[in-house]
Amino acid sequence: MTNVLAIAHKEIRSYFASPIAYIVIGLFALLFGYFFVAILGWFVDAGMQSAMGMGQGAPNLNQQFIRPLLLNTTVVLLFVLPMITMRTYAEEKRSGTMELLLTSPLTDLQIILGKFLGALTLYAAMLGVTLLYIAVLFVYGNPEWRPIATAYLGLLLMGGCFISVGMLISSFTRNQIVAGMLTFGVFLLLWVIDWIGSFAGPTFEPVVNYLSITQHFDDFAKGVIDTRHVIYYVSFITFGLFLTAKSVDSERWRG
Amino acid sequence: MIEVQHLTKRYGPVTAVDDVTFRVERGEILGFLGPNGAGKTTTMRVITGYMPPTDGRVIVAGFDVFDQAIEAKRRTGYLPETPPLYPDMTVREYLTFVARIKGVAAAERKSRIDRVMKRTWIADMAGRHCGKLSKGYRQRVGLAQAILHNPDVLVLDEPTAGLDPKQIIETRQLIKELAGDHTIILSTHILPEVAQTCQRVVIINKGRVVAVDTPDNLTHRLRGAETMYVLVDGAADATATLQGITGVTRVAVADRHEPAVGYEVESVRGEDVRRDIARAVVSQGWGLLELRPLRMSLEEIFLQVTTEEQVEKPAAAGEVAS
Repeated sequence: MTNVLAIAHKEIRSYFASPIAYIVIGLFALLFGYFFVAILGWFVDAGMQSAMGMGQGAPNLNQQFIRPLLLNTTVVLLFVLPMITMRTYAEEKRSGTMELLLTSPLTDLQIILGKFLGALTLYAAMLGVTLLYIAVLFVYGNPEWRPIATAYLGLLLMGGCFISVGMLISSFTRNQIVAGMLTFGVFLLLWVIDWIGSFAGPTFEPVVNYLSITQHFDDFAKGVIDTRHVIYYVSFITFGLFLTAKSVDSERWRG
Repeated sequence: MIEVQHLTKRYGPVTAVDDVTFRVERGEILGFLGPNGAGKTTTMRVITGYMPPTDGRVIVAGFDVFDQAIEAKRRTGYLPETPPLYPDMTVREYLTFVARIKGVAAAERKSRIDRVMKRTWIADMAGRHCGKLSKGYRQRVGLAQAILHNPDVLVLDEPTAGLDPKQIIETRQLIKELAGDHTIILSTHILPEVAQTCQRVVIINKGRVVAVDTPDNLTHRLRGAETMYVLVDGAADATATLQGITGVTRVAVADRHEPAVGYEVESVRGEDVRRDIARAVVSQGWGLLELRPLRMSLEEIFLQVTTEEQVEKPAAAGEVAS
């Protein structure tokens, strides 16, 4: 465990020593702010209409503002998370520090978990900044905190899936740009994979829908913690990290 | 302390290291000499547990580097060809991180790092970012990293490559000082380096061990004598007969292919004893299966290695520029 933390600490340090952490957090906060304002506009509009007796009752802050806001936020993750994961292995291989890690008394698993934990921490910091916006809602409105908490848990788990895939792709190459582009492409595919669900035929439709990372998020955004979704995310992450371990190990044999 | 047994490493169809066997005793400095691409780095990478062998095994401080990897790695320090530094860490931060992953106890870390920095003359660079260090300092930080956890075994891949002459002398001095507490393997393609720092030399070429000896003996063997390899069949012991030939100075059993026995026959330089050897063996009624000069391969490599030293200077300068 101390080894895992040592690696995680090093990862976090190097995120913040380079501009990556600041760009990622800043960009994410900025886009989140834009979404916040835009969706708030719609929400206020809907509120006005219902006040004038045209809508169907007062709009719900959780269901009609926070939920669409966080669902849209997941799009931003597609762009931002590859920036976090692309360097994890590619950079170590390029600079030769992989030799230090692999000849130190560490297991591959400790290295992988440390890197995952480091990336996840930066991602959590990114999400943490957006809580400031949510705090504003508590000042001026009366949202329920439980659905917000489950939505953030969902975001964290979903991001974990993306990070595990990103790390796997980064372990294939020593070029960060290649890793970043590939990761983005794969994220996009995972994002839209349920589009073909309706034409995939009765056999594949449930399969395709099940694979879609974002489908599983919707329940979290509604405020429901369904163990099916938790199991999906956790097993996705585990599988991603397992493949990363295999990739690192096979590189060892090939030299 | 280090035992390399029949080590073979293949990358797909390419055999980088082919059946290499040698051992290093405690406290010894072993030089690993060979031209570029001879398999030095690959051998070192297997010894340090960076990659597993295709065949054979390596035992470091009593632990198999593959089966008991963690225990073996705990006792090994490794300086790769390019020092594995994180450019955005300061020297002290970097060494602290290395101390953590090498398992140096938290209470000891600071004093250990201070001691090692003093020993490798980098104490004045503690606050400098690794990415901003000169080549010479990078190499020293790499060395500091390797000895930080006080390992039994030190594996140094071309520790003086790219250094200026003054730094080279200092580094060699440091390596010699370290030899008391550590067992050291260092690779180089520079002949004088081996002569100055190492007690024993393994010469490797195209993935195979060509010779294992002390630097003095090697020089003697190369400069003062010629060696033949003679494979004789049917003789219980041909040593005496071979010794009796005029011009032969030394005969030793090299290997046994039962029932044939291979001998290394040394002779005075300039005297061709091949005819006499053949005649002596045949007249005894034995079978002469093989008779070939050994010196050639060794000398060729030596030539390659020695001539490369002249080329070394501009090459090293180019490395710094890149």
